[in-house]
Amino acid sequence: MIDHVGKWLDDRLGLSTLVELGSHKTVPVHRYTVFYYLGGMTLFFFLVQVFTGVLLMLYYRPSANEAFESVEFIMTVVPFGWLIRSIHSWSANLMVFFAILHLTSVYFMKAYRPPRELTWITGVLVLFLILGFGFSGYLLPWNQLAFFATKVGTDIAGVVPVVGPWIVRFLRGGDRVSGGTLSRFYGWHVAVLPAITCVFLLGHLVLVQLKGMSIPSACEEETRRRKPMKFFPHFALRDLSGWLFALGVLAALAALFPWELGEKADLFAPAYPNIRPEWYFVFMFQTLKVIPGGEIFGLEYEVIPILLFGALGALLMFVPFLDRSAPGKGRGWSILGVVALLFVIGMTCWGYMSLLPLYVVIITAVLLMLFAFMTRGGRKSEEQ
Amino acid sequence: MEALESRPRRSFLNWFLGSSLVAVVGSFLYPIIRFISPPRIPEATTNQVEAGDTSDPVLLDKGYKIVRFGAEPVILVKVTDSEYRAFSATCTHLDCIVGYQKDRTRIFCNCHGGTYDLNGRNVAGPPPRPLTAYKVNLIAKGSEPAKIVVSRA
Repeated sequence: MIDHVGKWLDDRLGLSTLVELGSHKTVPVHRYTVFYYLGGMTLFFFLVQVFTGVLLMLYYRPSANEAFESVEFIMTVVPFGWLIRSIHSWSANLMVFFAILHLTSVYFMKAYRPPRELTWITGVLVLFLILGFGFSGYLLPWNQLAFFATKVGTDIAGVVPVVGPWIVRFLRGGDRVSGGTLSRFYGWHVAVLPAITCVFLLGHLVLVQLKGMSIPSACEEETRRRKPMKFFPHFALRDLSGWLFALGVLAALAALFPWELGEKADLFAPAYPNIRPEWYFVFMFQTLKVIPGGEIFGLEYEVIPILLFGALGALLMFVPFLDRSAPGKGRGWSILGVVALLFVIGMTCWGYMSLLPLYVVIITAVLLMLFAFMTRGGRKSEEQ
Repeated sequence: MEALESRPRRSFLNWFLGSSLVAVVGSFLYPIIRFISPPRIPEATTNQVEAGDTSDPVLLDKGYKIVRFGAEPVILVKVTDSEYRAFSATCTHLDCIVGYQKDRTRIFCNCHGGTYDLNGRNVAGPPPRPLTAYKVNLIAKGSEPAKIVVSRA
């Protein structure tokens, strides 16, 4: 019976071609193969976001009068509401974390080189979209933190030359952050951003399939020596066990550290002490904090780092066209990457007045090495 | 011969079709762009507000309070028993709302550490400009606590 249905579907959809294609897909095996799992892990957290996000929409109300109360309702009354919301928040953070990790590894392995420029650009765009999700989702609980983060974040857009003021009004839905802003952010968070992200994410995934995995030039010899891993079932099963582990981690984090709600936004209360944005914006926040007031050539000082961060974002996106060095070369770009990374880590530590961010980076590096060892793939006998 | 003749006609038609297409797209986009730009709603201009009286417990305890001046937050600071000052509470750096630190007698923004003195001057941290000052009048009425009135300077 199942065979019959399978045959019927195959005649109409041509699924066997896909299965055939999938059976030929392989993943190169070398000492950095572990990095190939990072994109898949980011994808997993994205799927968790879609799923828990849809669930949260069942109770969430996007208005200034009801948003905070509806999230409170989810956290305290709805059965397992605390779990769903906490997983959504934790998974959002882990998604950003893994997206950054993925980007970092791809950058240093120089996987953006021809013919994978578009894979890189779509990937960077998806990262920016993820940050957009983070920023827009942050406002939705309508608490004090959300209110000030959105005030500052949207105000920053005002430095864009010429169209800046229009962008600020467009983002806020008026001159001030208000209930109108909440409606807009909700619309972007649940409709506009997901639609755009789907397009770029799909493009990104298709390109990865078309061009295959990039092999770092230092590992080419090793890759030739070792037998590649079949994607089905070997790599996919490793991916899946990683996802299952991640789901366990999410549940544990949500249960042990439920996401807090804070106090309801008050449009007429001063910002509370030690207010700061999510960890992935802290390096920019700290930079803005230490730049003193003043102006040069009619340009206020704070505008300079904001424009600089914008330029660096563009630089990151167009790296494949700027770094034209031959394989094995282009050390300058790697050094630039290290400097940028050190700046981000340093500023984040400063922003928290703590070395915790540095420890997180070190622990992540150690864990990656451990997983690299565990997933090195292919027993000795498989090596040729 | 005929092919040569038809070329200008074809390019004319292409130009014609192309420009109509641009016009069609434009006529779609114009209302959309207008729609997503929030309408400007005229706000009733506030020129002065009553901000309670001098016996306000918040004012006595913290030495300041945030007053609603229309849609704008304004900070009212108690300098001495008889002297009150008011400034726009919107930090000139990145739009946060400032507070007052009584023990250090300074107006302070918790977002990025912007610091202003009791004249509203930006004295430390990132703010590029001073806070706009407002006028404060105390209206005493017999033995009752004086009423505080904040108005545009």
